[in-house]
Amino acid sequence: MLLIRCPYCEEERPELEFRNAGEAHIARSTDIAGESDDDFEKFFFIRSNPKGIIYERWRHMHGCARFFNAVRDTVTDKFVMTYKAGEPKPAKLPGVAK
Amino acid sequence: MKKYSVFAIAREAMRGHKGWEEQWSSPEPKKEYDVIIVGAGGHGLATAYYLATVHGITNVAVLEKGWLGGGNTGRNTTIIRSNYLYDESAGIYDHALKLWDGLSQELNYNVMYSARGVMMLAHNVHDIQVLKRHVHANRLNGIDNEWLSPEQAKEFCPPLNISRDARYPVVGAALQRRGGTARHDAVAWGYARGASARGVHIIQNCEVTGVKRAANGAVMGVDTTRGFIGAKKVGVVAAGHSSVIMNMAGVRMPLESYPLQALVSEPVKPVVPCVVMSNTVHAYISQSDKGELVIGAGTDQYVSYSQTGGLHILQHTLDAICEMFPIFTRMKMLRSWGGIVDVTPDRSPILAKTPVPGLYVNCGWGTGGFKATPGSGHVFAHTIARDDPHPINAPFTIERFRTGRLIDEAAAAAVAH
Ligand SMILES: Cc1cc2nc3c(=O)[nH]c(=O)nc-3n(C[C@H](O)[C@H](O)[C@H](O)COP(=O)(O)OP(=O)(O)OC[C@H]3O[C@@H](n4cnc5c(N)ncnc54)[C@H](O)[C@@H]3O)c2cc1C
Ligand SMILES: [Zn+2]
Repeated sequence: MLLIRCPYCEEERPELEFRNAGEAHIARSTDIAGESDDDFEKFFFIRSNPKGIIYERWRHMHGCARFFNAVRDTVTDKFVMTYKAGEPKPAKLPGVAK
Repeated sequence: MKKYSVFAIAREAMRGHKGWEEQWSSPEPKKEYDVIIVGAGGHGLATAYYLATVHGITNVAVLEKGWLGGGNTGRNTTIIRSNYLYDESAGIYDHALKLWDGLSQELNYNVMYSARGVMMLAHNVHDIQVLKRHVHANRLNGIDNEWLSPEQAKEFCPPLNISRDARYPVVGAALQRRGGTARHDAVAWGYARGASARGVHIIQNCEVTGVKRAANGAVMGVDTTRGFIGAKKVGVVAAGHSSVIMNMAGVRMPLESYPLQALVSEPVKPVVPCVVMSNTVHAYISQSDKGELVIGAGTDQYVSYSQTGGLHILQHTLDAICEMFPIFTRMKMLRSWGGIVDVTPDRSPILAKTPVPGLYVNCGWGTGGFKATPGSGHVFAHTIARDDPHPINAPFTIERFRTGRLIDEAAAAAVAH
């Protein structure tokens, strides 16, 4: 089971308190009805599914109930960091080469 | 290829088993092939086999980063059934089921397909509605699936607990008698032997690291840990890693990869005569011929390539198993493991041409593709050989996620497998 640090509660809690909410930083169009089929497919269905660093959303379902973002390595399942929803995608990751 | 038979066994018994030959050869990769298949799981090997036997295309290489059958093919709980809801799914899964019947003879390899019946339990009104809808839809598609009362379910599977005071009482079941299990490793080995005997090169420990495209965009071949290998046609059949390889060719996929776990118990005498699955309590179980209970769990909730999953997922499954079968509460579990399954948004596979000329993909089988192995290989070989899909896999395009023509088993499938 993963240990996940909620950036709002500021502590590590067991995965059972959380729900994964899919890939992060996929912006919903402000004019969703006007989206082309191509763009809607990208927004709704296409995912990066990386083998390596992933940016993903989690929700602290059985804690503060808030959404936040996390950076995790999908090969080791180790979290690099978590940060609050609305904060920009971190440009530099602590302890990660490149 | 020397034929396996009872006479061969007798002959070899007489001479100390010194005459058995290797089941497949391990050649050095050539510079170029007509077709390269990426991934030597059951689906990739079956594709190569049918390219050779049905389409006469034998200048084929199957490239495998590990050992053949070491991916999900060798990690799954081997449930076979075809009672899916939609016409498209019924078409492809039943095509496979018909090929399972007779596959051992076709391959001259005992894949131990055993039509012992797959029973799906209903625990509430919603389950009854969903399963009966499946029974009716299946009947219209000519697929066997029948409704059982709790008493009939217990008669079919005696250790099942049908008492009314269970936390989730059994209120009925749907039974597909042609469903069952097969020996997963033998499927990979049988197809590998058949393909190799017809000239297909199976190259293990050869990881694809790049997909080369010509100036006009068409596929030229693949970079591997054993150098560049050319081919004008490349089929990607890499399960959990399919999106990684498609990305190498510049194609982003509607796929996410999750760990899925299974476990087996200590071996015991025959006690579970069929396959039992329950979507509501989320567990499924069968018994191998060795006597182990084979138990399937759920996926983890996050994308991962770790090939391990959380322990709480297994615990949850065992709770459900003990609820369905109180007689197993004191059984010991021997081993557990995980595989990485590639899941599409509509939970149906993709077997199709891609936007890249010469590149084909067979993926998205997620948690339930073992049962489809023969059918999938058969129609995918057609797709590659003719550069045109077989009518059975024609609906399983990538483009359906743009056009909206989904095959939405996600909402409809009675259970994930
Ligand atoms: C625990 C578990 C239980 C399951 N239970 C069932 C079940 O009961 N019934 C059912 O129908 N299905 C079940 N499934 C699903 C089923 O196992 C898969 O859908 C099916 O086996 C996929 O076969 P495949 O040949 O496509 O993939 P695999 O057997 O995974 O083959 C893909 C191959 O590609 C190779 N590969 C990956 N990347 C590269 C690369 N870069 N270069 C070269 N090779 C590469 C891999 O090493 C692998 O060998 C289960 C899966 C799991 C994990
Ligand atoms: Zn919190």
